[in-house]
Amino acid sequence: MQYLLMLFAEEKAWGRMSSADQERGVAAYGAYTQALKEAGVWVGSNRLQNTDSATTVRVVDGKSQVLDGPYADSKEQLAGYYLIEAADLDAALGWAARCPGAGHGTIEVRPVWPTYGGSPS
Amino acid sequence: MSEGACARAAANAVARRSYGKLLAYLAADMHDVSAAEDALSEAFAAALADWPLHGCPDHPESWLMTVARRKGIDGVRRRRSGEAASVQLQAIADMRAECVDSGEEEAFPDRRLALLFACAHPAIDVGIRAPLMLQTVLGMDAKTIASAFLVSPEAMGKRLARAKQKIREAGIPFVIPERDAWNERLEGVLTAIYATYAEGWSDPGDADLMRRDLADEALFLARLLAELLPQEPETLGLLACMLYTEARRGARRNAQGEYVPLAEQDTLLWEAGMIDEAEALLRRASAFRRIGRYQLEAALQSAHVERRRSGRNDWTPEVQLYDALHALTGSPVVALNRALAVAELEGPEAAIAIIRSLSEDRRMADYQSYWAARAALFARVGDVREALHAYDMAIGLARDPAVRHFLQRQQSILETK
Repeated sequence: MQYLLMLFAEEKAWGRMSSADQERGVAAYGAYTQALKEAGVWVGSNRLQNTDSATTVRVVDGKSQVLDGPYADSKEQLAGYYLIEAADLDAALGWAARCPGAGHGTIEVRPVWPTYGGSPS
Repeated sequence: MSEGACARAAANAVARRSYGKLLAYLAADMHDVSAAEDALSEAFAAALADWPLHGCPDHPESWLMTVARRKGIDGVRRRRSGEAASVQLQAIADMRAECVDSGEEEAFPDRRLALLFACAHPAIDVGIRAPLMLQTVLGMDAKTIASAFLVSPEAMGKRLARAKQKIREAGIPFVIPERDAWNERLEGVLTAIYATYAEGWSDPGDADLMRRDLADEALFLARLLAELLPQEPETLGLLACMLYTEARRGARRNAQGEYVPLAEQDTLLWEAGMIDEAEALLRRASAFRRIGRYQLEAALQSAHVERRRSGRNDWTPEVQLYDALHALTGSPVVALNRALAVAELEGPEAAIAIIRSLSEDRRMADYQSYWAARAALFARVGDVREALHAYDMAIGLARDPAVRHFLQRQQSILETK
C-alpha cells in the first residue's frame, strides 16, 4: 500500500538555523531518502518552497479566482512529502518516526486512495 | 482537602496500587478480561459517587471487589443467556465463598501472575502480548499503549479487543502452568516485558514521556514477576538486566543533550544503587545454577560495568558471554554485539568478517544498530567508501535525533580525513 508522509514544520525556523545546522539537516534527509530507497520503500519525495511562494486557484461560478498565499494559514506549514510503499500502517508509521522531520515538526501519514487499473505501482 | 477530593484521591490511589490485582482476580473467575474490565470500571465509578457521601471504606479493595462482582453478574445477565451465563454466574458466586471479608491480604489471593501467563499464552499473537499485559495488569489505556508502540490508536484498540475475545472464546486458562510447560510459557512472559522495556529505552532523549513511562512500567512488571517467582532465576536475571541498563539512562546525554556512547560515558553518572541491586539479583540468580538468556544478558552488563570501573582493558569475558548467549539464542542481534566485542579483543578485521556474514540476513537491512556498527568498523580499518555508505544508512534509519547528530559528526570526521 502507498502512504503519503506529509512533513509539517515551522518554515521560518530554517532561516534561524546556522549554515552548519542547515547542512547537517539536508544531509540527514539525504540519508533518510537513501535508507528508504535501499529498503525498496521509496516511491517519490520532494521538498517544497516556503508558503510565501504559494498561490491558490479556484473556479467560482465559472470564473477563476487566483489568490496570493497558501490555502490554510497554520503554525506549521507543509514543507515536503515522501510517498512510500509500505506493507501496512504500522510499517508506514515506523518509517515516519525515522524521518528527520518527526524531530523538528509533525508528520501526517495518509494512505493513498486505491485506484484500479491505472495505478503505477 | 474536601470529602469529595479525599475520596477521589483514595480511589485514584487504590486504582494505581491495585488495578491489576483486582482485574486479575475478576478476570480469572469470570474467564473474560473485557467483562472484568467493564465491571471494574463501573465499580470505580461507583466509588467516586459513593465515597464522598459515605466516607472511604476501611477496606477499599474489598469494597471495590464486592461492587465489581455485582456489576459483573448484572453484565453477564445483560449479555448472555442460557448455559454460558449460568456457568459464569456460578464462577462469580464461587468467588464470594472464597473471599471471607477478613482484611485485604487474605481476601484476594494475588492472581496477577496467572493473568500475565494468560496474556503471554502461545495462542495469543506475539506482538500483542506486551500491550495486553500493560492494559490488564497496569490499567494503561489503549491510546497511550498505541503511541508508545508506534501503532495507530484504532489498530491497537482493535488488536487488544481481539486478543481478549480470543482469551474468552478459546478458553485460555488463567492459571500458572504446570512445571513441564513452564520454560516456554515463562519465556513468553519475560520476552513481552523485555520488549516493553526496550520500547521505553529507545527514547533516550526523554522527549517522549509515554515512551519513558513504558520503561518504568516494564520495570514494575519485572519487579512484580521477581517478587511472585523468586525461585525462578530467569525472572531475577531479567530484572537485573533492566536495572543495569536503567542505571545508565542519565549518562547517555551530555549537558548539551548530545548522545554519549557507552564507551565514553562518565561512570560517575551511573546510578550506583541500581547497579548494586542488579549485582545482588544476579548473585541470587546464579545460586540456582540454571543459566538462561536473561542471566547471560545481565552478566554481560555486569562485565561492561566492571571493565569500565576498573579500567580493565580485556574483553575476553564479554566475548565468552556472547558466545554462550549466541549458542543459546542464535539471534543475529547477539551476533552483531558479539562482533563489536570481538573487534576489541582481536581487532576490527575479525569483526568485519562476522559483519559480512551477517549482511546476508535480511533482518539486518533496516536494522539501525547493524549499520552503525558496520560504519564504525569500516572507519577503523580505513575503508572510507564502505564506512560512509554505512553511516548514511545508520543516519537514515535513526529515530533519535541525538543519535542522528552523533553519527553525522562521526561521518564528517571521516570525510575530512
